[in-house]
Amino acid sequence: MEATVTTANSEEKTWGGGNEPMKASYGKLMMWFFIVSDALTFSGFLAAYGFSRFKFIETWPLADEVFTHFPFMHGVSAPMYYVALMTFILIFSSVTMVLAVDAGHQMKKNKVVIYMFLTIIGGMIFVGSQAWEWKNFIKGEYGAIETKGGSLLQFVDKEGHRVALADFATTLPEEREQLSRSKGSWFMSESSLPSYSVAEVQAGFKAHPDLLIRTEVITKEKQKTILSRKDSELRLTQASLVVEGANLTHNEYGSKLFADFFFFITGFHGFHVFSGIIINIIIFFNVLVGTYEKRGSYEMVEKVGLYWHFVDLVWVFVFTFFYLV
Amino acid sequence: MSHEHVSNTKRIWTVFGLLSIITIVEVIFGIIKPASLYMNSFMAMSLLNWLFIILTLVKAYYIVWAFMHIEGEKSTLKNAVVLPVIFLVLYLLFILLTEGNYIYEVFKNSTIKWNF
Repeated sequence: MEATVTTANSEEKTWGGGNEPMKASYGKLMMWFFIVSDALTFSGFLAAYGFSRFKFIETWPLADEVFTHFPFMHGVSAPMYYVALMTFILIFSSVTMVLAVDAGHQMKKNKVVIYMFLTIIGGMIFVGSQAWEWKNFIKGEYGAIETKGGSLLQFVDKEGHRVALADFATTLPEEREQLSRSKGSWFMSESSLPSYSVAEVQAGFKAHPDLLIRTEVITKEKQKTILSRKDSELRLTQASLVVEGANLTHNEYGSKLFADFFFFITGFHGFHVFSGIIINIIIFFNVLVGTYEKRGSYEMVEKVGLYWHFVDLVWVFVFTFFYLV
Repeated sequence: MSHEHVSNTKRIWTVFGLLSIITIVEVIFGIIKPASLYMNSFMAMSLLNWLFIILTLVKAYYIVWAFMHIEGEKSTLKNAVVLPVIFLVLYLLFILLTEGNYIYEVFKNSTIKWNF
């Protein structure tokens, strides 16, 4: 590669390729610019999340009340530990990836193989953890009531501890069957019915005089507002739906938008991790059969490494904006 | 590739240690939520949130500079990648967060309500 472009002859070569003004190969440059555009995509999503959060700043769910599960610790409130563990797993798989790139620079094939293998395992553990997190989020924990106006009512006892619907709702002798496609007159069906009807929750609330209602509104002490018994009874008359768990239209933790953004952003990130694992596996087998050994350069490992670090980078921001802030 | 490749293993482990410590600090702060930081705010956001965001940016810096090894690239490449992202993200955040806050005030102070 000629570095001088002063002679008339080499001017053709300047535009004919083979010239690397940024001292990086075409593939690596394109990986960088793909990462720039993908970073802006994620920034757009996170900024939209910030927009919605600022719009409903007084009623947004408190993250450490939403994500409280840890494997094999049932009923123990463990906010953040699990997601911190996930962060460690992803950072560590980033470390093994960069060690693979480093070993590639020194043309040590066996080391590259080991480190890439560890990276793939780390990525798989991360995606599995995310699936578990989604499962808990979708299933829900306590259940809540949605009013006609779209706000959410949760139940607490005198000390302010959350109470699950199952702990107080009565069972009334009423039957409502889930509408299925086979019984609908046209393309009609509905999702599975909640375990209790609104009337059952209302009757149960009346039978337990020590229960109170907690609304979404955040007080000056940064806690959710708890209504007096009289206000609670009044509020419960506006009930229209029983909500258990979260999906794209209802969310027992609070604002529906929170669930929408959670599913969309962590889902989009999880999809990136998933495709990263696939690409890593392809490169792993290429390393194994000696493709890069023959080529004399492990730059392909470096390129997929850039993508993998980017996925880690995005997670650092998702972690902050969904779990910490 | 003409430039020689020295092993960076030591730096990689140092950066891993740093990232781990920052994450642990974040989690500790997130759990105990010291009232002096949590209750006081600066520019419509609590000091605790500012701390989280600054620590996140520090982590992002180390991931991009050390793991993605942008510190070893030519400054033209470095600038072409980093500057557009920083500029556009700040612009996007300014516009969307200002607008979000405006809509919040409309809901709060005028007759339009999302929740009735």
